[in-house]
Amino acid sequence: MAKYEYSFYPGCSSQSKASSVNYQKSTQTICEELDIQLNDIPDWNCCGASIGYGGGGELPRISLSARNIAQSQQAHGQQDIVATCAACWLATREAKERIEDSEKVRTGVNAALGEIGIEIATEMPKTRHMVEVLIEDVGYNEIAEKVKRPLEGLKIAGYVGCQTNRPFGIDGESYENPKYLDKMIETVGADAVVNYDKKVSCCGGALMFSEPQKSQALVKDIIESAYDGGADMIVTPCPVCQMNVEVYQGQINKDHGTNFNIPVVYYSTLMSVAFGRNAKDAALDGQMIRAKQLEDIANK
Amino acid sequence: MSDMNTAMVEKYRSSFLKEVEANVEEGDWVKMCMQCGVCSGSCPMENNWEHPPQELFMMIRANKREEVLSSSSMWMCTSCYNCIARCPRGLPITHIMHGLAHYGKRLGLAPKEQPTVKFSQLFWDNLTKTGRVNELKLGLSLYFMNGFGEGIKTALKMKDVGLGMMKTGRLNPFEIFGGHSCKGASDIKKMLAKAKEIEESNTAEFKG
Ligand code: SF4
Ligand code: SF4
Repeated sequence: MAKYEYSFYPGCSSQSKASSVNYQKSTQTICEELDIQLNDIPDWNCCGASIGYGGGGELPRISLSARNIAQSQQAHGQQDIVATCAACWLATREAKERIEDSEKVRTGVNAALGEIGIEIATEMPKTRHMVEVLIEDVGYNEIAEKVKRPLEGLKIAGYVGCQTNRPFGIDGESYENPKYLDKMIETVGADAVVNYDKKVSCCGGALMFSEPQKSQALVKDIIESAYDGGADMIVTPCPVCQMNVEVYQGQINKDHGTNFNIPVVYYSTLMSVAFGRNAKDAALDGQMIRAKQLEDIANK
Repeated sequence: MSDMNTAMVEKYRSSFLKEVEANVEEGDWVKMCMQCGVCSGSCPMENNWEHPPQELFMMIRANKREEVLSSSSMWMCTSCYNCIARCPRGLPITHIMHGLAHYGKRLGLAPKEQPTVKFSQLFWDNLTKTGRVNELKLGLSLYFMNGFGEGIKTALKMKDVGLGMMKTGRLNPFEIFGGHSCKGASDIKKMLAKAKEIEESNTAEFKG
């Protein structure tokens, strides 16, 4: 039996050949190393993300998460639900709160689930972000013990972003200057950029698609601030942040006359390399802006 | 849609605040705002709003119904939750923004050509079709949402992004032929239809 076991909600962007499949891959790798077993929620559906509100009102959106919770309970009992995506985590956690707090929401959701013959049984399990599991259940010490190839000499800007940080955030961390990502960077042997002043700034989220100029202006500041701090790369816990900050650098360069070319990786990619796994297991082939320094370490 | 709008005008004749409290997600919080401006000052979109959140809340209390519901303001919200984290009164501002946006749209008042109004609907339609988001189809429908000519232009501008994503295995061209889906896709549709029906009857039944 695995040392840690959870019910897993992968989310749409983690599916095979979807935009954060590299996040999924590197997460699997660190789970193998840390003896974490993730049991997929059978037939999980989209959570509605933070942009679904235009088409779906409160009850339809909460019903989507409620179905996932019910499916999770049915297959994995009261195991905590774990999500790697910030939006998946937030939506599912928020759904639980609303269902618990509001009679009107609860009645509505139960009726909607009843329509398809499923129900939420007893108390709902907690929904946790993967980084919570790493910090709270596994712990920095156990992560440090697994490090075979410390990422020495690398300077990394820990970009926490919005939804992993707010409204719930990581227990015990401040909203304005959370430290856990910096600690993770140091645990794998690299240096964190101190005073990274865009650490919790917004990348524009889904507005990157509908209002690209406005979002790209936000991302420009996030990248600039990383360079100002002397960063070799940016690390993030969120698939939207990763995508927005990595893939639009070419367009930002064109529009703003900048010369950005900074890799943006997941914490799970850093850990996979530090744990001694190869470039493929760390999903370095999923970088649009190659993380050459990490590749060199991984290929050593 | 506009029938519903007329009905709502009738029902809440002189109190838009009451209407918001009853029908907008988390709208009952609006009256708690003390107009300190922390939300607006914390917002990454501060330069792009027609009316920042603080102002919208004041306008609700000042009965500026049309102006609020047809504003593009709420559609500027990136869902970054900075306002929520900082509001000294604990207002769930992000959710109120989403709630106002959705309510305005339901009544047919949301600005039709606003890109996020369109995109959020495309996103919802995309996910409800199979239960999961199909990123390729979503991207394409987004590029073409302003017509074919515009679509080709955007697609060309985005070519490098698309090719890069494909090369790194993060975009699957075959998603165009179906793509990921839930086995329970038809169940999900049924569930959502029921949820929508309940939500609408809640609105209609409220005796303000
Ligand atoms: S921060 Fe809160 S109390 Fe202050 S203006 Fe905004 S909503 Fe009102
Ligand atoms: S959640 Fe929306 S309204 Fe609040 S600070 Fe962020 S963008 Fe502004």
